[in-house]
Amino acid sequence: MVELSALFHGFAVVLTPFNLLLMMIGIVLGVIIGVLPGLGGANGVAILLPLTFTMPPTSAIIMLSCIYWGALFGGAITSILFNIPGEPWSVATTFDGYPMAQQGRAGEALTAAFTSSFIGALVAVIMITFLAPLVAQFALQFGPPEFFSVYLLTFCSFIGMGKGSPFKTLAAMTMGFALAAVGMDTVTGQLRLIFGFTDLMRGFDFLIAVIGLFGIGEILLSMEEGLSFTGKSAKIDPKVVLETWKKLPRYWLTSIRSCLIGCWMGITPGGATPASFMSYGVAKRMSKDGEKFGTGQIEGVIAPETAAHAAGTSALLPMLALGIPGSPTAAVLLGGLLIWGLQPGPLLFVEQKDFVWGLIASMYLGNLAGLIIVLTCVPLFAAILRIPFSIIAPVIIVICAIGAYTVHNAMLDIWFMLLFGVIGYVFKKLDYPLAPLVLALVLGDRAEDSFRQSMLISQGEVGVFFSNWLVGGITALSLVMLFWPLLSKLLARVRRD
Amino acid sequence: MEHDKESTTGEGAGISVRAAELTVAVLLFVGGAIVVYDSYRLGSKWGSDGPQSGYFPFYIGLLICVASAVNFVQALRAKPADAVFVTWGPLKLVLTVLIPAAIYVLGVKYLGIYLASAIYIAMFMRWLGKYSWLRSIAVGVAVNFSFFLMFEVWFKVPLYKGDLDPLRFLGY
Repeated sequence: MVELSALFHGFAVVLTPFNLLLMMIGIVLGVIIGVLPGLGGANGVAILLPLTFTMPPTSAIIMLSCIYWGALFGGAITSILFNIPGEPWSVATTFDGYPMAQQGRAGEALTAAFTSSFIGALVAVIMITFLAPLVAQFALQFGPPEFFSVYLLTFCSFIGMGKGSPFKTLAAMTMGFALAAVGMDTVTGQLRLIFGFTDLMRGFDFLIAVIGLFGIGEILLSMEEGLSFTGKSAKIDPKVVLETWKKLPRYWLTSIRSCLIGCWMGITPGGATPASFMSYGVAKRMSKDGEKFGTGQIEGVIAPETAAHAAGTSALLPMLALGIPGSPTAAVLLGGLLIWGLQPGPLLFVEQKDFVWGLIASMYLGNLAGLIIVLTCVPLFAAILRIPFSIIAPVIIVICAIGAYTVHNAMLDIWFMLLFGVIGYVFKKLDYPLAPLVLALVLGDRAEDSFRQSMLISQGEVGVFFSNWLVGGITALSLVMLFWPLLSKLLARVRRD
Repeated sequence: MEHDKESTTGEGAGISVRAAELTVAVLLFVGGAIVVYDSYRLGSKWGSDGPQSGYFPFYIGLLICVASAVNFVQALRAKPADAVFVTWGPLKLVLTVLIPAAIYVLGVKYLGIYLASAIYIAMFMRWLGKYSWLRSIAVGVAVNFSFFLMFEVWFKVPLYKGDLDPLRFLGY
């Protein structure tokens, strides 16, 4: 087992006092970020990214990925205790988690949520450990056309699989591509779309977009709702934990199903949020207590939490193996790789063994540490939400502004952040999806490069995307994904006749 | 292609969803058209050495236009026609955050991040949270003092000190 020995090497990399300390800091920061409105996995990591510029890349990724795990855990706390999803992927957790808290079973719900999060993540990490090296090795044969077809698949699945209007997804996505094109063209050196504003030469950094869209946009949304936090008290004593753990194995089928849904949705760019809803829906349909869902069923907490965490974790698989992130947070981590001077893509597994396996090993340890921290410190984290909104809101805006500034040390970026905040607010209210916008902004240049290289190879012939079975297969699959809404309607009609 | 808050006013108690949808679609269409125009100017065809700079963005711009046109039509046909995007009350709350935030960013330009943030947090607490002056100022200063320690002292990441640099006496 080459993977296992590589993994043990990874553990050796992680188990230094400095890295373990960063891991703890990351988890705690992550949970706080997950609990606070307006700060989430994606923008939390984006804001803290500049602090890691001077760290060794392996330590940096360990800290940032632990922030991500922490945020995944943290989302559940607010959903269950306050009926406020701290993160979009924990919306489904409120359905049964909050009723449980109202019935005085908050400890049980929290334990179930954290434990299933941990199990979901664990399954996803095991999958990454064994699958990612294979995918990477396979992808080593990829040329520009293959890479472009994989990008195409990513973006087409957003359009076909999104639950809103496909044209809104398309509009948001192409807007991301257009913003990515602003600035210097990396191939010819020509300036594009800057209309004489030299400040635009750098282009729009997606980190700024992420901070604005998710951070400021979220604050504006919460403000509109006129938030007042009234929560249930949070205390988990060890007895409740043990009793809940005794109950959990009964729901093994739900867990396995949710893990599968989560892993699948994470690798394909569905992401944690749809995964949690889908898993909740499936569990409701399959469970024999299905009609009781929504009244405080423990299964209704297990299903979405397992799937969300599995999806959130497995979103890192395509990021590591192909250099294509499966979620906005994975995209931010990918941005980090570029900043630390690592070239994302399949070669990472060959050239940066310490980094890759250190990260994978830290996923095991980070999630375990996360589970212990959240189980023991829930009351502390819940207390954060009792700080009044009129103190939290300006502090979060200040943190966002600092985060936006530190990316390039540019004052103008703070204005862009504010602008993206307004865009985020309007887009969210109108159901324009933000994830494709962010991913297009991150991948825009790389997608364009691979497209142009393919075109150069083929001298402008689009047929290059069908030139062999591999690239042809992926391209065909992309087209199926793209037209999936139409196809599924057609299929349904055929079946009816 | 950027757009600010909807200036189009809907009927009744606020901005209607339709007005908001149409505005966004129009703004995105204009943005797409700008992309198409600039890509065409740069050359969106096949040059002597391969695809020109505008080759890829040209089609992206076209796609933006197509998608926003469809969104525009769908918004026109959407039912019910009078759904509310945001009523005036919440909109006012949103603006009470947004406008001071804009003033704050302007403040950052002149006073630097630390001082502007301290003032911003204190003012926000005083006006929206109705805290006493003492408490507001204390929180504003304390939060920014900890940021100062974290960024300037521990992580050695210098933040913006402002055009006027009022904190230059600190020596950072």
